[in-house]
Amino acid sequence: MPDTSIPDTGIQDPAYNYAYLDEQTKRMIRRAILKAVAVPGYQVPFGGREMPLPYGWGTGGIQVTAAIVGQADTLKVIDQGADDTTNAVSIRRFFARVADVATTTATQDATIIQTRHRVPETPLREGQILVFQVPIPEPLRMLEPRETETRTLHALSEYGVMQVSLYESIARHGRIAKTYNYPVLVNGRYIMSPSPIPKFDNPKLDRSPALQLYGAGREKRIYAVPPYTPVKSLDFDDHPFEIETWSECCELCGSRESFLDEMIVDDQGKRLFVCSDTDYCEGRR
Amino acid sequence: MNGASETPLLSARSVTKRFGGRIACRDVSFDLWPGEVLGIVGESGSGKTTLLNCLAGRLAPDEGSVAYESAAAGSVDVHRLSEARRRLLARTEWGFVNQDAREGLRMGVSAGANIGERLMAVGARHYGNIRGAAADWLSRVEIEADRLDDRPIDFSGGMRQRLQIARNLVSNPRLVFMDEPTGGLDVSVQARILDLLRGLVEGLHLSAVLVTHDLGVARLLTHRLMVMQGGAVVEEGLTDQVLDDPQHAYTQMLVASILPV
Repeated sequence: MPDTSIPDTGIQDPAYNYAYLDEQTKRMIRRAILKAVAVPGYQVPFGGREMPLPYGWGTGGIQVTAAIVGQADTLKVIDQGADDTTNAVSIRRFFARVADVATTTATQDATIIQTRHRVPETPLREGQILVFQVPIPEPLRMLEPRETETRTLHALSEYGVMQVSLYESIARHGRIAKTYNYPVLVNGRYIMSPSPIPKFDNPKLDRSPALQLYGAGREKRIYAVPPYTPVKSLDFDDHPFEIETWSECCELCGSRESFLDEMIVDDQGKRLFVCSDTDYCEGRR
Repeated sequence: MNGASETPLLSARSVTKRFGGRIACRDVSFDLWPGEVLGIVGESGSGKTTLLNCLAGRLAPDEGSVAYESAAAGSVDVHRLSEARRRLLARTEWGFVNQDAREGLRMGVSAGANIGERLMAVGARHYGNIRGAAADWLSRVEIEADRLDDRPIDFSGGMRQRLQIARNLVSNPRLVFMDEPTGGLDVSVQARILDLLRGLVEGLHLSAVLVTHDLGVARLLTHRLMVMQGGAVVEEGLTDQVLDDPQHAYTQMLVASILPV
């Protein structure tokens, strides 16, 4: 765990408390995180704060990061796999300013990786923490609008309705057509939304050596998957879970193993495919 | 009827439910035997539906108890079970057919998914088998096989009601609660559903508690009748006996108010 004592301000912005949030708020969030780690996949409510960015831009993830970050950490922030998009750059700069933390784009050098929509291609190791930004933490929300009812369903492990949605997908499309935010069963107990990562990344969550923390700012929920916890993607015996595949390879690095983004590069509709993980792609060129 | 069985499937003792100072049902006791269909009749507001909800564990009675002879767990007190076990009972050994099919169905997913939900809820994970069971039940409730992937929102009222019945019976329940299963349907559709229900109840050796205000429905489907007025049971007996020779003034009034055709 990072150093949690109040550090001397150093070069950080003296107008803010260390890591932006006040100490009581960080303690409250840490307590929620500890509970979340103790009950893998369970959504722990917390008193979400207003952050200096809009809901949907990562207010949940940024609060989790603020609660765990220390000066000894190295922070990486990615958005859709890329280190250089607006959201990623802003959040990285924000923590460099208010938490005086070293930043990096190299996955293997980071101790904390805040992410939106992707898990890095480079395998994670023990001691790393992956912080997910989560828009809708409740995996049953689209099937059951009542919060009281979804909590009961989780409490009683009544997950038939989730399977109904997969059945419906096969009945309509001939296969499970869900490609992102693909529901998983954590530690054989709780069904969890892995946040809108592509299902390509789901196998990386399973028994990962890194700690996974999920923060939902608008809905004020934190949940977690501790290292080496089994994470199973839901499926049917005769329609097993499968990840996306591409017939093309990355235009820039030639990778056939990574998640590829399709890009339209001119008005004639010329297409090419590139890695969504920019750090991985640059490292291979 | 099953003469060999000694224990009633469901027995209610002094069930009373109040809403504030208003008594919705008062001191209702009865036994339901395996294979038996019990009708509860009375006018609107007489406490029929409240009683049914108390029996099915959907409402907790203020006084009295409901005992159920479970195939899996022996005799259980419905209202003392944990919520988890009561809900498990409700989706395995019981069925509940609502008057309004929209309350009992998932309108946004296909007929097949609606029927398959109970199977998946108890752990079925083979798509082909679930779909096969759904198709089988669809034909048993006389819905064309090609409607399997259509959503109930595109079904007629009668088809929705038949789909709701299939969705409940797929788990082979022993006891089905029905709240006005033919209410709001036109007469020919009603007749078809009554035929279907009668066949299923006999074929599957189901027990049922049927709430209705329609004495014709009661005569066709039920073996025994309870007549309710103002929350209390005023008369009970074999259906034919109650309807042909009503003793209580209220029952006489009910029977007399059937419109002659």
